[in-house]
Amino acid sequence: MFSHYLLLALRSLKRNVLLTALMIAAIGVGIGASMTTLTVFRAMGADPIPQKSAELYAVQIDNWGPGKRAHPSSDNLESMLSYIDAVGLVNARAAQRQTAMYVTGMALTPAGSQLKPFMVRARATYTDFFPMFDVPFRYGSAWPAADDAAHADVVVITRKLNNKLFGGIDSVGKTLNLDDRAYRIVGVLDSWNLLPRFYDIQGRGAKFSEGEDLYVPFTRAIDGAMRGLGGMRCKEEVSGWEGILRSECIWTAFWVELPDAAAVDRYRRFLSGYASEQRRSGRFHWPAHTQLRDVRQWLAYQHVVSDEVRILVLVSFSFLFVCLMNAAGLMLAKIVGRAAEIGVRRALGANRGAIFVQCLIEAGVIGLAGGLAGLALTALGLAGLRSVLSESMVDLTRTDLLDVVIAVVLAIVATVLAGLYPTWRATQVQPAWALKSQ
Amino acid sequence: MLKMTNLSKAYRTEVVETYALRNFSIHVREGEFVAVTGPSGSGKTTFLTIAGLLEEFSGGDYRLDGTDVRGLTDTQRSHLRNEKIGFIFQAFNLIPDLNVADNVDVPLRYRGMKGHERRRRIQESLDRVGLSARARHYPSELSGGQQQRVAIARALAGSPRLLLADEPTGNLDTQMARGVMELLEELHRDGATIVMVTHDPELAIRAQREVHIVDGQVVDLVAQPRLVVGVHARA
Repeated sequence: MFSHYLLLALRSLKRNVLLTALMIAAIGVGIGASMTTLTVFRAMGADPIPQKSAELYAVQIDNWGPGKRAHPSSDNLESMLSYIDAVGLVNARAAQRQTAMYVTGMALTPAGSQLKPFMVRARATYTDFFPMFDVPFRYGSAWPAADDAAHADVVVITRKLNNKLFGGIDSVGKTLNLDDRAYRIVGVLDSWNLLPRFYDIQGRGAKFSEGEDLYVPFTRAIDGAMRGLGGMRCKEEVSGWEGILRSECIWTAFWVELPDAAAVDRYRRFLSGYASEQRRSGRFHWPAHTQLRDVRQWLAYQHVVSDEVRILVLVSFSFLFVCLMNAAGLMLAKIVGRAAEIGVRRALGANRGAIFVQCLIEAGVIGLAGGLAGLALTALGLAGLRSVLSESMVDLTRTDLLDVVIAVVLAIVATVLAGLYPTWRATQVQPAWALKSQ
Repeated sequence: MLKMTNLSKAYRTEVVETYALRNFSIHVREGEFVAVTGPSGSGKTTFLTIAGLLEEFSGGDYRLDGTDVRGLTDTQRSHLRNEKIGFIFQAFNLIPDLNVADNVDVPLRYRGMKGHERRRRIQESLDRVGLSARARHYPSELSGGQQQRVAIARALAGSPRLLLADEPTGNLDTQMARGVMELLEELHRDGATIVMVTHDPELAIRAQREVHIVDGQVVDLVAQPRLVVGVHARA
């Protein structure tokens, strides 16, 4: 009987092409708008590193103590650490891998080329950064740990920068002139674009903006007095580079890799012990207040998916609702126009249930067609977004099979729900209509 | 076959109650061909809708083929309607999207018949009305008379116990009307029980007996076998 109803639905839709097209368009536009925002929303909130997200932890230490803050957080903890704590934790080597990091700017002077000097974004970090975040290498590798200790003049550059400077060839061993100092290239990354860039500390926007161009040892960056690009927060005025390093200003991110629950427990205890030690030494005047958050917890804590995006999704789904109401109105009009047929079917033996199922299957077919139209409009919407988004954010507009399934299922379910009232009205057509309308 | 006793049908509004049928009694026996006549607004169509289980009644008793239909659920009424009654409407009421065979198929589908049985019945009933060759045509491709024949084939396909016809020739010209009427008479000769509502005395006279309704009541319910011209006088 289902296939029969399906056939009837197709015939019925063919009967009034304009009305059918309007219904499908209404649903398609609503699905297109909501799926475009939902796709971006899902990509923004997606786990950027699922294979390791439960092993990577952001570290927080309260080095400011209780009291008013310019940017109060839910747990009175800051997202960044002071240089004192960052170095203290790196040197303690209490985790399997750990790295402190911040983003700085460097002036790059290309050697013997037509390119003019330009500014590059450099991430100052430790060699553990690369294996921790599964960073892929095209040529060479990360610098050895000894180079961290030696404050070596080495860099790892991105594939993009390598293409720009060296036309994509293996540039390992070549030197780069950065801030008038020669740095040896030890590695070239392959394409790598974590979205959201959860390890970045410089505000929510940074997590979706262009990434860095190269990586230098944290120790070298400190030696070079390379200031962080924004993001430094202080409780009191400080002066000079040495002053910053000795201050409680916060400006570095700190991540550790902890492979299992036991390691996490151990590190929690270590961290608490570290803070208590700082209190005993007279640096902190409050009980130990520290936190470890894995990648997923960190993304939620940082509100990576901003309220604006949530509101946009809400607005687009409200728009879908309005579209569905329009479709429901059109379905109602269609059913009023079909009262004669429904009356005849009732007279010939159809009970209310049979009419209900027939009309609902018709609504489902409209939903399916609307869903497919919606998919096409989603593709169009995402293509539009791609044309205005920066290169690094294009990944946010990728759709997968799940998006397709969501769009089609959403369209069918929503249309069937919207069609419930018109369908119920259809079942209320009296069988006597067939006689009395004559 | 069809027995109504002291049946009434009232339409109520907030201020007034109007009776379409009042103390209405009729008994149609198996194999009878009864014409129900009366002026406009007399209650003929209301009688037919209640007889066809298309509408509920307010009081009295109605038995269809021995079944007391009072208090039946919508599904039970639909089932009974599908099994026992074949409708022939004035406006034919064919479904325009469906071809002739599919139109005849409609009541059979609701009965849940298997495909081969449905196909057999469709073929037989279209043969009966002489339209087998038009099985794949759509209603819009047929004349009014042919459409009414399809409607009759649809009514016959389910082998109903009772045929209810509402002004079956009302939308047809004289020649087509004659053809449809002859078909009904032929069905009656073959044993069908037919109740036909009409306001046309010429048609009424061709039935076995006539029941006249005025103001929702039967005026003359005395069985009056009529002597009708032609071969069916013996029916």
